[in-house]
Amino acid sequence: MLYIVDRRKNPKGKSLGNRQRFMRRAKAQIKRAVEDTIRTRGITDISSGDSITIPGKTLHEPGFHHTRRGGDRNYVLPGNKKFVPGDRVARPQGDDGGAGGSKASPDGEGEDDFQFTLSRDEFLDIFFEDLELPDLLKKSLKQTTAFRTARAGFSSDGTPANLSLVRTMRNSLARRIGLRRPKTQEIRDLEDKISALQAKAEKRPSGKLTKPDEETLHALLADLEETKRRMKAIPFIDPIDTRFNQFQQIPDPNTQAVMFCLMDVSGSMSEQMKELAKRFFMLLHLFLHRRYEHVDVVFIRHTSRASEVDEETFFYSRETGGTIVSTALDEMKRVLKDRYPVDQWNIYAAQASDGDNYSNDGVKCTALLAEDLLPKCQYYAYIEITDEREAEIFSSTEGETALWKAYAPVARTNPRFALKRVTKAADIFPVFRELFAKNRAEKLSGAKV
Amino acid sequence: MTKQSTTKSDPAQKTAAASAASEFLFTGADWDFDTLKTTYDAIEDIAINELKLNVYPNQVEVITSEQMLDAYSSIGMPLMYHHWSFGKRFVRDDVMYRKGFQGLAYEIVINSNPCISYVMEENTIVMQALVMAHAAFGHNHFFKNNYLFKQWTDAEGILDYLQFAKRYIAKCEDRFGFDAVERVLDAAHALMEQGVNRYSHPEKPNLAAELERERERAKYEDETYNDLWRTLPQAEKDDEDLDEMRRKIRVEERRAQFGLPEENLLYFLEKNAPSLQAWEREILRIVRNIGQYFYPQKQTKMMNEGCACYVHYAIMNSLYDKGLISEGAMMEFIDYHSGVVFQADYNDKRYSGFNPYALGFAMMQDIHRICVDPTDEDREWFPDIAGNGEPVETLKDAWAHYRDESFILQFLSPKLMRDMRMFLIDDLGSNPHLEVAAIHDENGYRRVRRALARMHDVSVREPDMQVVDVDLRGNRQLYIQHTEHDGIRLEKSEAKMTLGYIGQLWGYGVTLQAIDNESGEVLHEMNYKPDDLPQGP
Repeated sequence: MLYIVDRRKNPKGKSLGNRQRFMRRAKAQIKRAVEDTIRTRGITDISSGDSITIPGKTLHEPGFHHTRRGGDRNYVLPGNKKFVPGDRVARPQGDDGGAGGSKASPDGEGEDDFQFTLSRDEFLDIFFEDLELPDLLKKSLKQTTAFRTARAGFSSDGTPANLSLVRTMRNSLARRIGLRRPKTQEIRDLEDKISALQAKAEKRPSGKLTKPDEETLHALLADLEETKRRMKAIPFIDPIDTRFNQFQQIPDPNTQAVMFCLMDVSGSMSEQMKELAKRFFMLLHLFLHRRYEHVDVVFIRHTSRASEVDEETFFYSRETGGTIVSTALDEMKRVLKDRYPVDQWNIYAAQASDGDNYSNDGVKCTALLAEDLLPKCQYYAYIEITDEREAEIFSSTEGETALWKAYAPVARTNPRFALKRVTKAADIFPVFRELFAKNRAEKLSGAKV
Repeated sequence: MTKQSTTKSDPAQKTAAASAASEFLFTGADWDFDTLKTTYDAIEDIAINELKLNVYPNQVEVITSEQMLDAYSSIGMPLMYHHWSFGKRFVRDDVMYRKGFQGLAYEIVINSNPCISYVMEENTIVMQALVMAHAAFGHNHFFKNNYLFKQWTDAEGILDYLQFAKRYIAKCEDRFGFDAVERVLDAAHALMEQGVNRYSHPEKPNLAAELERERERAKYEDETYNDLWRTLPQAEKDDEDLDEMRRKIRVEERRAQFGLPEENLLYFLEKNAPSLQAWEREILRIVRNIGQYFYPQKQTKMMNEGCACYVHYAIMNSLYDKGLISEGAMMEFIDYHSGVVFQADYNDKRYSGFNPYALGFAMMQDIHRICVDPTDEDREWFPDIAGNGEPVETLKDAWAHYRDESFILQFLSPKLMRDMRMFLIDDLGSNPHLEVAAIHDENGYRRVRRALARMHDVSVREPDMQVVDVDLRGNRQLYIQHTEHDGIRLEKSEAKMTLGYIGQLWGYGVTLQAIDNESGEVLHEMNYKPDDLPQGP
């Protein structure tokens, strides 16, 4: 008796429930691993899944097992080559393996670090977690906009790879029937008849055919010539027969955006502050990436001088010097002018700083912002990162920093400018809520989207 | 437009190949359900009529590699309750497989009636033939005839039971939350190895009876619940002046009342833990039953694989001898086969213990040889079977009545020990070095054989744990004993965590004592106090 059951169509992913329980269990470790990853990752590739490693010990399943060492034991091994009874062998060092390592760990599982891959959604879920984003927003951020390729009928031209054989052959057949293209078989039949007649002629003593045969032969030859001509004139496949599968990219209304990251990298910015700034930049990038098909990122760092740098330098290299914010704004202005014409790009800027500034620089900054930058920008966000302890002390407006003082009036008059004080990751999101609310309003007034 | 056409270079060869091809069960690597069926029929013919195997009806299920990965993670069962540890296994296997560190098994076979074998769609037809011979007849015969499986497992009911378990645990998760269920399952899993009855065999679980029992337990709790019990005053203190004699009798009575000593820790906790809810007890029971179901497999791993390898080897050779498969197919089979039964030497990098397939297959072939073509040495060692001319009957008898340990003790021949060049290492804790105690020679055969048999004895491999006493009058301390053999201790950190799990189920303090096997003295002790935080991660 045999039953064969084809289970291939059964739903796969039966382990999904187990995987979710596993993720739940290892949540703390996974979160830590994700945070490490964020630290080492570029801003632009935040939204892909990743392989992460968590310590195996935390997922250990204990049980009563014998130790692997100590006590009196004996074991049989295969493959003796030179030993005779009484031989002594040094006890192999190390955990296991080697000559004496016949005892593998009881359940075959070491405590090695545990590596696995998070899907993009899982990764983002964890990334979003302490940013305290509203659920609906999380969902809309996770959706990717991509061109969808859809079939769009057939066309008479295209690449050979897209040739639709069935359509082409159907056309070809119809045309051949319509134009009465002779078949190969017909030619072969004619040729057979002719050669039969010729053979007949050779057999006769005169070497010639009888009159009626002679006529038939002529007729046949003419017929053959005509058939061959037709065959040649009417090709098997004509270019007019060919049909190609046509595909269409269903586009989403997308344009390009550039995102400027400005950051104060002077000594007063601690690693922690930079970390927070990085989260902010990452989130902004995610938002922009969701809205625009192509997002450029420009990194400008400044102390008392500003320069455009790559991401690595931006976050990790140290520089000393005073703090003059206007240099960064100047640099941004220059880059904008050189590379990002306003009519082609949506421009966003995000500035992170601890609020220090050279005392006379404030006026210059305000002027640069109000006159040169803000008219070109869709949105300019400034976050001031403060130490948590300091934040308590200066909880009210009293502890205003130099930069804050300069920027605050701009924010009141210009809706494209937002500023926020941030002490922990959860503070970052409100900035974005404003950004989105504002963009909705702006759409009405015809933004370049 | 080009037409597909098959061209053969040599016309003479062409006719020969054509006539031969018509008799082959299959050609090429691809298969479809018809070839699968005809191949199965040919295999069945050999298995039933030539080898005279006694098997459950077969059900062959074709699955994809992803489904195989799924099946892997739930310990090979088609139905399993959800737990994070299965997810962990899945995640790990998934990574290993995708990175190419680890292939997938060619098949999974389940001890059930009908016997279910999973085969992967990626397998070639030769592989499918091999797998059907191996699993659907080899393992199947073993499951149906071996005394351990007959005694301990219920092939008829296992799938129904797993279905019940899965539903029950899902229901518990709904009702009591993931965390509560996870806690019980974690603890139960830690004690799974101590959740089997080794000596008395249990009644076969029966789904209807299980459901009934579960219902009754809940009903009984509801009916007998009386809030008044809560208000009763504490029992009075033990009389100080009870004499030694009466004290002893009390201990004996108590132990008898709890059925102590009890080696099945999960069973003991299920029945006696004071503060567990009914559903928690039921979960312990489920884990215990599943552990018990797998216990025979642990004890017969080597024989089971040996049996299956012997059967597939015999069947594939028979197919070839009958001209049913081509030489190419046979070569492919031999390639797979030799990969499966490969045994690395002890100093080889690939060595990770005896390969049960290799040892099992070698022993079966060796017994075959002894039955058919014995040497004088074989006649001396195996007077009962040497030259009896009935290899298959002899093997079937062994498959039915032995487990790995007793099978090695009975049938490992000097020739095989020489062929595999086995030697025995003494590893004494007091010595700084290892010593070669015996090798494959006249003086060593019996010692090597005895030691190898012991290595395959599950009750030696796994620690000897028992519940020995409960302090009913006092603080309800639970006493668990580990009997140390030859000074081999428990892995300390593991034991500590596991003890924490026991304490969590028991609800009061637990003491773990290590007792020396010979002197009976207490070597060391470990305690769990209920107010300790749970020891888990």
